[in-house]
Amino acid sequence: MALNEAIHQMMAEDPSVFLIGQGVKSPWYVGNTATGLLDRFGEARVIDTPVSENAVTGAAVGAAIAGMKPIVEHPRMDFMMYALDPILNEAANWLYMSGGAVNVPLVIWGIINRGGEQAAQHSQALHALFAHIPGLKVVMPSTAYDAKGLMIAAIKDKNPVLYIDDRWLYRVKGNVPKKIYSVPIGKGAVRKKGKDITVVGISYGAHQATLAYDELLKKGISAEIIDPRTVKPLDIPLILESVKKTKRLAVIDTGWKTGGIAGEIIASITEKGFQYLKQAPLRITLPDIPAPMARTLEEEYYRPLSVQSIVATIETMVRKNKK
Amino acid sequence: MKHIYSKKTIQRLYETMLRIRHVEESFVEPILSGTIRCPVHLYVGEEGVAAGTLAHTNKDDIIFGTHRSHGHYLAKGGDMRAMVAEIYGKETGCAKGRGGSMHVVDAKKGMLGAAPIVAGTVSLAVGAALSFKIKKQKNVAIAFFGDGAVGEGVLHEALNFAALNKLPVLFVCENNYYSTHMPLRDTRPYDNIFELGAPHKIAYARASGNDVLKVYDVAGDMIQKCRVGQGPAFIEFLTYRYRGHVGPNDNIQGTQTDIRPKAEVAKWKRNDPIRNLESYIARNKILSRGEQDKILKRVGKEIQNAHAFSQKSRFPDPKTLSDYVFKK
Ligand SMILES: Cc1ncc(C[n+]2csc(CCOP(=O)(O)OP(=O)(O)O)c2C)c(N)n1
Ligand SMILES: [Mg+2]
Repeated sequence: MALNEAIHQMMAEDPSVFLIGQGVKSPWYVGNTATGLLDRFGEARVIDTPVSENAVTGAAVGAAIAGMKPIVEHPRMDFMMYALDPILNEAANWLYMSGGAVNVPLVIWGIINRGGEQAAQHSQALHALFAHIPGLKVVMPSTAYDAKGLMIAAIKDKNPVLYIDDRWLYRVKGNVPKKIYSVPIGKGAVRKKGKDITVVGISYGAHQATLAYDELLKKGISAEIIDPRTVKPLDIPLILESVKKTKRLAVIDTGWKTGGIAGEIIASITEKGFQYLKQAPLRITLPDIPAPMARTLEEEYYRPLSVQSIVATIETMVRKNKK
Repeated sequence: MKHIYSKKTIQRLYETMLRIRHVEESFVEPILSGTIRCPVHLYVGEEGVAAGTLAHTNKDDIIFGTHRSHGHYLAKGGDMRAMVAEIYGKETGCAKGRGGSMHVVDAKKGMLGAAPIVAGTVSLAVGAALSFKIKKQKNVAIAFFGDGAVGEGVLHEALNFAALNKLPVLFVCENNYYSTHMPLRDTRPYDNIFELGAPHKIAYARASGNDVLKVYDVAGDMIQKCRVGQGPAFIEFLTYRYRGHVGPNDNIQGTQTDIRPKAEVAKWKRNDPIRNLESYIARNKILSRGEQDKILKRVGKEIQNAHAFSQKSRFPDPKTLSDYVFKK
């Protein structure tokens, strides 16, 4: 697995890197992402913890401040809410508050894990919350290649980086070079070239958008698919370049609509490139509703992210405006 | 305090434990067949704690639970049909199919909710106790949580705040010696959770959760203290879950993750809360074989009916997805 390889290689290369969090010694939470690490690097650097998100995350922040490069892992983003203080009051502000004297080279790895009737507290995609905070970087891989490259970049970064991945992407396979490589933080990727509409997809949204691409082509719509890969800072120039050409913009995010990343991208593009847009941009997100439990409600709740729905929504949008 | 147990009390404790045990076991088959899909954390083996503690509560007392709260719900008087339907995800469920197994609730019975965020409901129970104090009500609030929850800072904040304000709240730690894949020795330096009461100078105790009469005694004393303004109180019950952390057994995509030694599981099964009470009943000739059979039959029928009702019930209408985000 790409992530596992990234952590193995970085721990081997740099003795200041260590992994701390719930389940790192068992396939319990993180699947195979931590396989072999404990055997290879020992309990001092692969630390399974009690259920103490606040203190454990704070300890990771402190270790980073003291010169280590911790990766603190949270098997679900929902559980990370106990750790908001060390992340957003301490880690995010430390460098600034110290006038540049003390930086926090830390990776906070949060996993979005939902579906399967797990209901409201075991489903939330809360990345927008962290993107809001100055001093934090937020990366969200959607391919195996980026999963490894962004983890390495996050470890090498001198600042607190939230590495947020989606359990729904753990099945996705892809080519992953054996060597150590970085995917630059803040740089997006064009996944498919197109001319009728720019479709920006975040994380699982990028994955789904790429799948929707062929369906859209069949319907005569050529979509340019962009995966920003980092949601803070956003690669606005890349998206703007694309919109200049396509004149339309839709953004797929797997979080909620209000106050989300989709709105942020649309606002930035509207500010900088209003003149290029020939119709109102569109957000494709989850509704502003907690995650339900029952399968019928779950299906409805996640429907906007299905390929079928994405295709239909984009088709309606483009047709409305095709003179 | 030495309690005297009336036949009625014994019968009630026995029936409550049986209802929990058998309804929990009745989920195994539908989980394995995929009919029930939500995460289900079974309480089998720990029935004594809920039954013994909640025998002292009335419907105006308020409790909060965890991811493993079917037992708390039932022992507090929660409607079994509505709980089973909830686990199936049906509109007739106690949370209308919005919450599932981890969010059982029966507001009319004072079971105001359960949530899987570890220790997430502990402070809520403190708040319920605060409401009793302000309104000068002689009620008690109870927070149930596991040994794992003791790792969370909020538990310690809640203890301090409750002690500072002398709130009528009972903290009930169900120590089953595991927090998912972590044995207690890997999560705490000492096996002494009950001593958390000491620095706050509140009443505290440790007792076997598998001896329902012990539970009944200890919880009865502590709840009484809370009612007369000598709260808060803290109890650690030692117990054990027979089944997986989640689901019938811990089998994650074909990987067996239950790391508990077989001998340990077997040792605890020899100290079964229901069997323990049955021996007491037999020793003291409290219920005849016939009376016990009658209870067992009644319980079986109730469970059968609950499943039949749930299977007949409808899933929520997708059009109602946005209901309950806000109170209208
Ligand atoms: C804040 C938070 N962190 C982690 C988890 C994952 N988790 C679910 S149950 C559990 C263990 C709880 O153990 P314990 O409190 O002893 O309860 P038990 O399952 O043994 O009844 C954990 C860590 C969670 N639900 N919430
Ligand atoms: Mg436990």
